[in-house]
Amino acid sequence: MWESFYEQFIVYDGYKLVLQGLMNTMIIALVGLVIGIVIGTIVAVIHVAGTRSRVARVFAYIGDLYTTIFRGTPIVVQLLVFHFVIFPLIRLNIPGVWESVLVFGLNSGAYVAEIMRGGILSVEVGQLEAGRTLGLSFTTTMLKVVFPQAIKNVIPTLGNELIAITKDTSVAGYVGTTDLTVAFRALASNDYQIIIPYLMLALVYLVIVIIFTVIIRIVERRLRKSERRS
Amino acid sequence: MKEEVKTQDLAEQENDNSVPARLARGEHVALIEAEHLTKKFGDLVVLDDISEKIEEGEKVAIIGPSGSGKSTFLRCLNVLEDPTSGAVYFEGANLCDLKVDINLHRRRMGMVFQQFNLFNNMNVLKNITLAPVHIGLQDLRKIKRKNFFRKIANLFRKGDKKQPLLPVETTAKQIKESAKENAMRLLNRIGLADKASAYPSTLSGGQRQRIAIVRALAMNPKVMLFDEPTSALDPEMVGEVLALIKELADEGMTMVIVTHEMGFAREVATRVLFMDGGKIQEQGAPEQIFGSPTNDRLKDFLSKVL
Repeated sequence: MWESFYEQFIVYDGYKLVLQGLMNTMIIALVGLVIGIVIGTIVAVIHVAGTRSRVARVFAYIGDLYTTIFRGTPIVVQLLVFHFVIFPLIRLNIPGVWESVLVFGLNSGAYVAEIMRGGILSVEVGQLEAGRTLGLSFTTTMLKVVFPQAIKNVIPTLGNELIAITKDTSVAGYVGTTDLTVAFRALASNDYQIIIPYLMLALVYLVIVIIFTVIIRIVERRLRKSERRS
Repeated sequence: MKEEVKTQDLAEQENDNSVPARLARGEHVALIEAEHLTKKFGDLVVLDDISEKIEEGEKVAIIGPSGSGKSTFLRCLNVLEDPTSGAVYFEGANLCDLKVDINLHRRRMGMVFQQFNLFNNMNVLKNITLAPVHIGLQDLRKIKRKNFFRKIANLFRKGDKKQPLLPVETTAKQIKESAKENAMRLLNRIGLADKASAYPSTLSGGQRQRIAIVRALAMNPKVMLFDEPTSALDPEMVGEVLALIKELADEGMTMVIVTHEMGFAREVATRVLFMDGGKIQEQGAPEQIFGSPTNDRLKDFLSKVL
C-alpha cells in the first residue's frame, strides 16, 4: 500500500500535482475570502446606512437580494451556473482557478455581509454619534471609529468563515480546477490504491485548518490587548 | 435671481418673525433658535411644537421628569435626532435643511453624552486630536485641490484674468503638532496629562467624562450641549465633572445642560427650562423656578426631587 503511494507520489511526480493543488486551494480560499470581505463590508455598510436616504435604500434592497441568492443556493450549483452559463454569456475567458476565486468570493461575500453587519451593530451607537457631533462625516466616523472596533468583534467569526471556505474549495474540481481534492483523487485513481491518498487528503485539510485556527487566535489576542494597555 | 425675490418677499412681511425673515431684515438672531420643533417616534409625540431661543453666553439648564423629551430636545439642537417638523437655526443657518453642510456647523457645537462615548479604539490623546487633525487636513487638501485646478485653468487665461491662488497657511505637520499641543494643554488643565496614552477602558467614569468634555472643547465650540453628563457616574465622581462644567460656565461658554442635579442647575444656570409632556411648561431665572414655581407639574416635580 505504502509502496504504491510512494511510487505515485515521488516516482511519477504526484507531489507536483499535489503542490499545485495546494496552491490553487490556498489561492481560492484566501483571495476568495478577501473578495468576500470587500463585497460583504460594502453590502453591510449600505445596509446599515440604508435608512438614511431613498437611494441608499434601493442599494440596500439590491444587497438583500444578493445575500438571499448566494446564501440560498449551494456553492456547487453556483460554480456550475457561473462556469457553464454566466461566464460564457459575458464572454469571460479566464483560467479555472480564477473562475473559482470569483464564485467563492461572491459566495462568501454574502456570508461576510451578515457577519459585518452584526459587527457594526455590536459597536454602540454612541461611538458613531460622538464622531458625528465632532463634525466628522458618516464615512470618516465609520472608517476611523466604528470599523476598527467592529473588526475586533468579528475576527472569530471571520476565522470561522475562512475555515469554512477553505474546506468548501474541495468542490472546485466540479469546474475543472485542480485543487487539493482533485490532485489526491488523481493519485488514488491511478492504481486504485485509494486508502492512503484519501486519508492523506483529510490530513492535509486538517493541518491547514489547524494552522489557520492558531493564526486567527494570535491575531485576535493582539487586537484585544491594545485596548487594555494603560 | 429667484433667491433675491424670495428674500425681498420675506423682508416685506414685517410681522413674519421666522429666522430667515429676520435675517433678511438684518435683525438680531439668537445663537440657537428652535422654531415649532416637533418630534414623533411613530405615534408618540416626544416634542410638541417647541419654539425657543438660546442667546450667546446663556447657560440654560433643562430639567424635568424622565420621558419629558428633554434629551430629545437637546439632541434635536444639533440634529442628532431629525425633527419631524420645524427647524433649528444655529448662527442663522437652518440645520434641518439638507443643503446645509451639517458637519461644518457641528464642529462649532460641542456635545457631551451621558455614556461618555470616548472612542474605545484610541488612546486619550488620539481621542482628543482625531477630529481637529482630520478636519484640518481635510480643509488643507481642499485648498490645495482648488489651487491645483486654478493653476490649470490659469494656463488658459490671459494675463489679467488669471485667478490668484489661495494662500496655504499651514502644513500637515503643523496641524498635527498644534492639535497635539492643544490637547496636552487641555489635559493639563484637567490634571490628566499623564493619562494621554491610556485607553478609555482603563479610566474611571469621572476621568472619562472630563476627557469627553475636553475632546469637545478641542474643536473650540461656540456652544456646549450636555446630555445628563453626570447621570452615569458614581456619586463620588459627580463633583469633579460638575466642577469642570462650572469652570467653563464661568469662562463665559454658552451651554445647554440637561440635568437631574437641581443644586447645580440652580447655581450655574442663568435660565432654567422645565419640560414635561414634550412642552416647555415653565421657564425663568433659577430663583424663580426653584423659589416660586407657578406651574402645578413643576411644583409636583420639585416636591419629589428636592
